Amino acid sequence: MLRLIKLELQKLWLNRTSKILIFISFILPFTVLILSSIKINFFGFFTLELGELGIFNFPIIWHITTFFASYFKLFFAIVVVSMIGNEYSNKTLKQNLIDGLSKKEFILSKFYTIVFFSLVATILIGVATFFIGLYYSSYTEVSIIFRETSFLLAYFVKLVGFFSLCLFLGMLLKRSAFALAFLFILYIFEWLVFWGAYEVFGTTETAWKVKNFLPLESMYKLIDQPMQRVVMTKYPDKIDLTYDYGVYWYEILIVIVWIGVFTFLSYRLLKKRDL
Amino acid sequence: MESILTINNLTKKFGYLTAVKNLSFTINKGNVYGILGPNGSGKSTTLGIVLNVVNKTSGDFHWFDGNISTHDALKKVGAIIERPNFYPYMTAYDNLKLVCNIKGVDFSKIQEKLELVGLWDRKDNKFRTYSLGMKQRLAIASALLNDPEILILDEPTNGLDPQGIHQIRSLIKQIAANGTTILLASHLLDEVEKVCSHVVVLRKGEKLYSGRVDEMISSHGYLELKAENQEQLLKFLNDKNIFGKINVEDDLITAFLDEPLDAKSVNQLMFDNGIVLTHLVKRKESLEEQFLQLTDNN
Repeated sequence: MLRLIKLELQKLWLNRTSKILIFISFILPFTVLILSSIKINFFGFFTLELGELGIFNFPIIWHITTFFASYFKLFFAIVVVSMIGNEYSNKTLKQNLIDGLSKKEFILSKFYTIVFFSLVATILIGVATFFIGLYYSSYTEVSIIFRETSFLLAYFVKLVGFFSLCLFLGMLLKRSAFALAFLFILYIFEWLVFWGAYEVFGTTETAWKVKNFLPLESMYKLIDQPMQRVVMTKYPDKIDLTYDYGVYWYEILIVIVWIGVFTFLSYRLLKKRDL
Repeated sequence: MESILTINNLTKKFGYLTAVKNLSFTINKGNVYGILGPNGSGKSTTLGIVLNVVNKTSGDFHWFDGNISTHDALKKVGAIIERPNFYPYMTAYDNLKLVCNIKGVDFSKIQEKLELVGLWDRKDNKFRTYSLGMKQRLAIASALLNDPEILILDEPTNGLDPQGIHQIRSLIKQIAANGTTILLASHLLDEVEKVCSHVVVLRKGEKLYSGRVDEMISSHGYLELKAENQEQLLKFLNDKNIFGKINVEDDLITAFLDEPLDAKSVNQLMFDNGIVLTHLVKRKESLEEQFLQLTDNN
């Protein structure tokens, strides 16, 4: 396993474009996180301090950081898609196989790398959130600090899920640009399914339930948007604002099933294909 | 003899097209094999199948004694298919490091092999800055990293200038002299004739011949004859049953021999029968003529 990760890391690390993209996808969320945590003074007119809104309080901070950080996954998604696309366009996939890498090992080396980067991203965001929280949070009891760390698990699964989807699309279409375009088509397709389900069942509630099983929506659903929750904490008496923002085991299970499906399909595709 | 690769009734279909038809042959240790055939005769497809990048339709093949999986066997094989494929943004050294990691070979081999192909002083240049000849040499260095039992080369001199072709050929001979088995696919006849001891001839995916190169030229050669009295000569040739096909081209007569006969005896025979030859040459068919005969007549 280490050998396979080492192979892939060498391919990525010596490529300037992917190095920059990896850098961006890891460093940018931190810069945003740290910038937003300091007090910004707008030339003496007014000061903006997001910390005062209470968003850096435990346990809500876990929810907020993982939600916003997950948008930066798009940068690494480009890396994932191009690491397949490049293997096809340079014909190095063929050469790798001739040199004695099996098709299974090839897919596994990509998959392990995805898991590796997702894990690193989760650990980094976890540590950063922990320290920013310690600095700003009004509550620092241990039980409160670690109450909603399930968002970290959700974040990890969400990343692995999204990158496995990219891996599969890269294998399917062989070209990075097509694969990224297909992601957008899939997004539209999921809304079409939603609309179709609404026509069939007649209620948006059931339509949402159907859509929650689809890949992109199931990944998004892992971490619900936290804005409403911030507003909720400000006005606790407004009952109609309440919603369910928790991370549930079945949400994680759906994404894990998708991860399995995408990885397996990538392997099947490569196995069946003549290079 | 120890066999390295055995192919049994291998068939590959691309839709309606049959690229390889019921192909069988064996490759033994220590020989230099050529796979000869015109473009599109299934050479690369056959190599693709045994190298695990093309899926076979039917038949089977096994490496070495057959107790080893194909991808493990490939770690003892060195192969280059068509064009040299490397990561353009990496240096030659880094590219070979990657291959070492795949094959499980020590990095110390890299210097040895780069020196062999004469690229050691360019090791820190990126692959994309290499000329085609250098790329091809790097590919050979890469294929040799694991000191393979067999080296497979597919059209290794394709697209190279004469100097590059010469460099690659002398490299191949040097490698063969070290006892490495070589399998060389080519449509260049003189290449196969110069380098190989055994040959498999393919046409449209079918095997036409397999065996030693010198035995492929099975005939006893032919005679080019001229005489002042051509009719008399022709009549004599037709009456004797030791000649096969006889061609007449202006005043030159070409007669193919059905049994061994040297030039001296021919001259004596003619003279005894009252024919005075003005021109007598005995020739052996070149591999090229033999190859064209094989691929055209079938």
